[in-house]
Amino acid sequence: MNTTEAIRLVAAREVRVKLRDRTFLFSTLFFLLFAAASTVLPALLAGGPSSVAVADRSVAATLTDAGLKVRTVADDQAAEQLVRAGDVDAAVVGGPRVLAMDEAPGDVVRALSKEPDVRLLDPDAVNPVARFLVPFAFAMVFFFTSLTFGLQIAQSVTEEKQTRVVEILVATVPVRVLLAGKVIAAGLLAMVQIALIALVTVTAAQFAPAGSTVLPVLAPAIGWFIPFFVLGFVMLAALWAGVGALVNRQEDIAGASMPVQLLVMLPFFAIIFLNDNPTAMTVLSYLPISAPTAMPIRLFLGDAAPWEPILSLLILAASALATLAAGARVYEGSVLRTNGRTAIMAAWRNRETRLVQSVR
Amino acid sequence: MTKVLRLDGINRSFGDRPVLKEVTFDVTAGRLTGFVGANGAGKTTTMRIVLGVLAADSGAVTWQGSPLTREDRRRFGYMPEERGLYPKMTVREQLIYLGRLHGLTPEAVRRHAGDLLERLGLDERADEPLEKLSLGNQQRAQIAAALVHDPDVLVLDEPFSGLDPAAVDIVVAVLREHTARGVPVLFSSHQLDVVERLCDDLVIIADGTIRAVGRRDDLRVAHARPRHALVVDGDAGWLRDQPGVTLIDLDGPRAVFDLAAGADDQAVLQAALARGPVRSFGPVVPSLTEIFREVTR
Repeated sequence: MNTTEAIRLVAAREVRVKLRDRTFLFSTLFFLLFAAASTVLPALLAGGPSSVAVADRSVAATLTDAGLKVRTVADDQAAEQLVRAGDVDAAVVGGPRVLAMDEAPGDVVRALSKEPDVRLLDPDAVNPVARFLVPFAFAMVFFFTSLTFGLQIAQSVTEEKQTRVVEILVATVPVRVLLAGKVIAAGLLAMVQIALIALVTVTAAQFAPAGSTVLPVLAPAIGWFIPFFVLGFVMLAALWAGVGALVNRQEDIAGASMPVQLLVMLPFFAIIFLNDNPTAMTVLSYLPISAPTAMPIRLFLGDAAPWEPILSLLILAASALATLAAGARVYEGSVLRTNGRTAIMAAWRNRETRLVQSVR
Repeated sequence: MTKVLRLDGINRSFGDRPVLKEVTFDVTAGRLTGFVGANGAGKTTTMRIVLGVLAADSGAVTWQGSPLTREDRRRFGYMPEERGLYPKMTVREQLIYLGRLHGLTPEAVRRHAGDLLERLGLDERADEPLEKLSLGNQQRAQIAAALVHDPDVLVLDEPFSGLDPAAVDIVVAVLREHTARGVPVLFSSHQLDVVERLCDDLVIIADGTIRAVGRRDDLRVAHARPRHALVVDGDAGWLRDQPGVTLIDLDGPRAVFDLAAGADDQAVLQAALARGPVRSFGPVVPSLTEIFREVTR
């Protein structure tokens, strides 16, 4: 059996176990409902076009053309009556004057007025709602997936250590195969979860008028987000695996993983608070820990030159390789030390497993 | 080439404390080799080195004459001292997973896992998560995990601890099937009576050095002192005055005694017969416990 086959077996087991985990299934379901609701609800709450009562037939025709729900009545009194009764949102009476209870109906007013010509000087500028939501969405997606799936990797490593099954595994396959299988499984699950959320959001956006106009602008940013996400995820996953191997009990993961949690959290808050500061974002888009979200955001905002994501991606790839090597070394150095928590330096220096494993 | 697992001059220290010193012995095809020693004598360290979980500082482990490779070890079956499987996976699933990691095809592993579960009396619990099983059944599952890929060599660390006598018999029968097919089996135990009953060959370790190696019966003969037991009808106290006899134990008509070099056992028997009926007379074969005490002293 070759290494690829062994990695596939390890990854398949991880995925199978996770797909039977109720907590995982419910949290995915919750994310999906949340994504659908946050896309559809604003549109539903905004309501449809106003209903309007009118006596004048030519005005009625204008309003109908504007897509309003028009009720033609006998005279202005009858129209006003309907507004007071709450049967319609507004009425148009002689003048023309618009009657409404407590809020001026914008769509009725617009239908009756002549708008001046508008010429946009920067037509590609991002609409303000999207300008606020998209950085937030990118940061959230990367933050939550790298945290939950990173924790999953650490837990799975610790479980094998805690239950001692790792000794049988290590006697059977190289330690790096176990590590690779876990990282790949978590990465796959994370990608599938994000893809599902994206699918639900896009589908839901079809029901919301504002959503569909953002999508074309968002597409290239999402295209870049994928390679950034994968590399950023692998970089952190290696660290999570190392942390998981240092401890012996699930209860100790939270404490031991604090530095890695900070590496996930700090960039998240930096991006949430600094995403309208171009200088800060430029710096963040090259730092490996924040690049996975900061660079796609800058691309979305149209602030980055074409070569910038490539350079940032290269830096990220180099750091991912470095942490992968470091994480694997700590993992190898500590995964068989089952008495108490292993100090990270002891794990780093412990050449035992590497020594044995290098024997072919 | 005969199928021999050979440990040759293995040394290993933890820090500056040597735990294995020039450990050398063979595990021969088709024989159950018992590995006996006190706690901390180095049994587990030796087994972990064989499986490649620990590295030796020096020395070599060879299989069929050449140094062990990862591919060889993949065909080994191992039961570590510290037990453990995945608590939330069913017994059958973990057997299939481990079997596949050992390189078996899905069909072969499914069939073999099924046979093994039945053989070990676990088939009714096979589709329950491991954590729901009793400790004895978890122990059987652990043995199944070591055997699922039909290994070429078996290395079992304390396989009988935690098993009831019925389960011990089942496991012994399964191990015998493996030795009958020419598989060398090395198992450690501190239950000397179990080892005495089961093993063909013996390796005794104390303080990291091998104190005795060989066939069980040869060891017994080698360590047999000129000790005899005698049962007569009357009191056997007269043996005290018999020339060449050192009385070890006397309990009315029963006596255990050693003979000095050159003393004739038949002369003692004649003396006994002259005093009355003799119910039993013969040499005493040392038990494993006695040999163990002697060589590890």
